[in-house]
Amino acid sequence: MNIFDIMGPVMVGPSSSHTAGAVRIGLITRKLLGEEPKSALIDLHGSFAATGVGHGTDKALIAGLLGMQPDDMRIPRSDVFAKELGVDIQFDKKNVRNAHPNTAVLHVEGKSGRKLCVQASSIGGGRIEINKIDDTEMNVTGEKPTLVIQNQDITGLVAKVAATLSDENVNIATMQLCRDKRGGVAVMVIETDQGVQDHCIQTLKGIDGIKEVTYITA
Amino acid sequence: MSFHSIEAIVNVSNNEKKKFWEVILKDDCMERDVTPEESIQGMEHMWQSMLDATYSYDRNLLSASGLVGKEGGLMEDYVKAGDTLSGEFSAKAIARALQMGGSNACMKRIVAAPTAGACGVMPAVLTTYYEEKKASKEDIVHALYVGAGIGQVIAHRAFIAGAAGGCQAEVGSASAMAAGALVALRGGSAEQISNACAIALKNLLGLVCDPVAGLVEVPCVKRNAVGAVNALAAADMALAGVTSAIPADQVIDAMRAVGESMDTGLRETGEGGLAATPKGREVARRLRGLADVDA
Repeated sequence: MNIFDIMGPVMVGPSSSHTAGAVRIGLITRKLLGEEPKSALIDLHGSFAATGVGHGTDKALIAGLLGMQPDDMRIPRSDVFAKELGVDIQFDKKNVRNAHPNTAVLHVEGKSGRKLCVQASSIGGGRIEINKIDDTEMNVTGEKPTLVIQNQDITGLVAKVAATLSDENVNIATMQLCRDKRGGVAVMVIETDQGVQDHCIQTLKGIDGIKEVTYITA
Repeated sequence: MSFHSIEAIVNVSNNEKKKFWEVILKDDCMERDVTPEESIQGMEHMWQSMLDATYSYDRNLLSASGLVGKEGGLMEDYVKAGDTLSGEFSAKAIARALQMGGSNACMKRIVAAPTAGACGVMPAVLTTYYEEKKASKEDIVHALYVGAGIGQVIAHRAFIAGAAGGCQAEVGSASAMAAGALVALRGGSAEQISNACAIALKNLLGLVCDPVAGLVEVPCVKRNAVGAVNALAAADMALAGVTSAIPADQVIDAMRAVGESMDTGLRETGEGGLAATPKGREVARRLRGLADVDA
């Protein structure tokens, strides 16, 4: 969190958590998908489900998925743009266990057929947290440059990733490690103080055992 | 942000003989690895956006539900007529708060400070001060740092979302931020800023988030006016030498405790308080009907 999360953002109303935060959730999901979305089924939980439509949460999530920023004046009409672009977006209400009151679960499919499930919460003032990508729990805010690395759970990968970043003079601010089971799929979530260059990301992708590298910048 | 308490900011301010805003600016430069010029440029953009949003209020717009939108225009006419009870400065701040709240409800572009629901409080007092007291842009921008610093501590120790802690977390926080900013504009000390923040937040402690039909309209728009007037009162008290018996950080902790014990129905679900009144329910039913027709 920095001072412009408090004094700001400049945004389209009416709610920082239900509108601006929802745009950011859509945007970060689009980045994680890494391509244009073709369709999405979005489950709304808690206050998002109870008051989402009146706050334009639905339109905000759509706007983010379409790549609009929170201050984009087209947000109130994003559903119309989605139709024009042929992107099919449906909404449902669902209770998510142990979730923040403002939570959405986005099941998205990209133009290439790539599928992704993102659970994210809007925690106030437009700030968000990604709680889960597919079945892996994590905590990503997207406020700093962030690497989400999916890899096999094998010895030495964390050291290789850290060394690669160190070679590029990128300082690791925070790091989370999680895995579904021993030897299974592991995820590293790394927040950095500096931006990560494309060639560095390519190097990371080339490391044996790494399946996917997604880079998110604010 | 390296500050987890208002007390720590006040201490650094006193020990390093720096103004409150300078302490926050320095911390931002460290945190985001930017130069002071870059940081100030960012804050100038926020101030310009607040001014743009203030002057783009349209009294003819109504929110999607039709519940709010014209209050700011009515209040402006009333202030212009020149016979207000609360005095020209306060009455103008009330008009500005209503206008920004109305613009927000109409999905116009605003500055969340700290949230959109409370977006009218800071600009209401600051744009009024800017015009009425002929303040410089520089001083106003410095005051925004004071507000942001206070808001960060509140967000760290408690919360700033109505869904998490009720309206006290939104309009209450905005009012505490605005009170501190006003004291800074008047040249008050770091302790006075801390006292203004504590007094403003105390006065709105327990305020629930009970929006009719779950919309940021009723009572949110008018509560922005209360947040603005409360900020003026708290700032004046602090400048007069009135102190808060409970230190600012403990008031913030109390706000968290109160928010955590609030029933879910009073935390932005649109189920309790005003939303649960017969009239509130009637409005909600009518709007649900509209939504069905839309679908």
